[in-house]
Amino acid sequence: MVVASKNPVHSVLYLILTFFTVAGHYLLLNAQFLALVHIVVYAGAIMVLFLFVIMLLNLNVDKEPVNTNLVKFAGAIAGGSLMLVLIAVLSKTNIMMPAHPANTQIGLIKNLGKVLYTEYNLPFEIASILFLVAMIGAVILAKKNPHTT
Amino acid sequence: METLINFLPSIIIIVIMFGVTLLIALYSTYGERKVAAFLQDRIGPNRAGPWGLLQPFADGVKMFTKEEIIPASANKFLFILGPSIAMICCLMTGVVLPWGGELTLFGRTFYLQAVDLSIGILYVFAVVSVSVYGIMIGGWASNNKWSLMGAIRGSSQIISYELSMGLSIVALVLMTGTLSFREIVNQQHGGILHWNFLMQPLSFLIFLICAFAECNRSPFDLPECETELVGGFHTEYSSMKLGFYLFSEYINMFISSAVISALFFGGFNFPGMDWLLETTHSQNIVTLVGVGAYFLKIFFFIFFFMWVRWTIPRFRYDQLMNLGWKSLIPLALFNLAAMAVIEMVKHQHLFGF
Repeated sequence: MVVASKNPVHSVLYLILTFFTVAGHYLLLNAQFLALVHIVVYAGAIMVLFLFVIMLLNLNVDKEPVNTNLVKFAGAIAGGSLMLVLIAVLSKTNIMMPAHPANTQIGLIKNLGKVLYTEYNLPFEIASILFLVAMIGAVILAKKNPHTT
Repeated sequence: METLINFLPSIIIIVIMFGVTLLIALYSTYGERKVAAFLQDRIGPNRAGPWGLLQPFADGVKMFTKEEIIPASANKFLFILGPSIAMICCLMTGVVLPWGGELTLFGRTFYLQAVDLSIGILYVFAVVSVSVYGIMIGGWASNNKWSLMGAIRGSSQIISYELSMGLSIVALVLMTGTLSFREIVNQQHGGILHWNFLMQPLSFLIFLICAFAECNRSPFDLPECETELVGGFHTEYSSMKLGFYLFSEYINMFISSAVISALFFGGFNFPGMDWLLETTHSQNIVTLVGVGAYFLKIFFFIFFFMWVRWTIPRFRYDQLMNLGWKSLIPLALFNLAAMAVIEMVKHQHLFGF
């Protein structure tokens, strides 16, 4: 539905719906924190900005650039190869429930915080530095270059 | 059957809260007009019923019986979806709020709270961030320039103020060490001096300002700035769909008052709680008085919202954005950093000395 809609705003709305379903899966896995953060970050922040841009651009069906057959062909090949990889990976993994299910309480915020700040502290900090770098990069990109004017 | 009985208190509380929320929102419209009249030295609504008390019901009947117009060029499904999302989202928030302490009825003890989520505050944030879509979808689906402008103003305002709101709450969470509403309220037990607004005055101030912005209330009611935007994002709406938008604003006001009183003003705690428990030896009475105290605080904040609305003129849009991004967020970040240092000192006993 995200891909099939003619109207870009409808596509975005379907994408938001998809995010909600993903959040629902997290909830079913007993990962409340992840589910809510997913909603706050993706549905609440990122998609709102998407919607902003699309609404302001005010794309119409007649104004939309016509996709040539070449583009469609390339898209089909790219999507098909991604699907091939996914199918290959899925067929390799043996779908078997672990005999002893992992700790089901791991998704609750207390345990998650403990694990994140002790066992996985280094990756966590590296990710935060990555975010900081991305943020500074965005600010620099958005800033007007004083030399060009 | 056992699970049903376990769920029953939650269900009853949800239904009661649903009704109470709607009733309070209904009478907030009346209160708003009375407060406005009082501040402007007028009488206010006084025709329907004694002191005009039936006015909200008359308004409701009017809203329901008016002709419903859906513009021909509007996207019909999204046009209806907009107000529905606004309404659903603001009603969903009430689930995690703690309305009172323990109550023992029929040999069972339960809390006056529908669900005690371990991440209640985060839940409120998630719902608030989703409620932006009500405004955005409504404004876009009307297919009207002014509505779209209003919607974009409204949602950019909400997402900008959400940031500083979140940061101010993170500082509070750092201090309390929990995201559950019940825990936070319980930690404020024991007199006014333990209430969080004294511990975290900066947090409280930022949160209050952001709550005004999140509810699209004056002085931040730019999405519905009549002089510039005709009517804002709900220009094309009529009848009960308009009613839903207006109503969701009042429910939002009620819910944010409830959140403020729970987080910063001790929720259902009140001065002399332990004394009352010792003299009456009944947890039930204490709980009921607590519920009353909680609602008094909520009403005070609703009144505060109205008071501010009729006192302060509207901001200009660039002023609004400057306030949000250039003063509130740095302030909130500073508050957060200061709180982190204080907490560290507190837990390490002055760096091990």
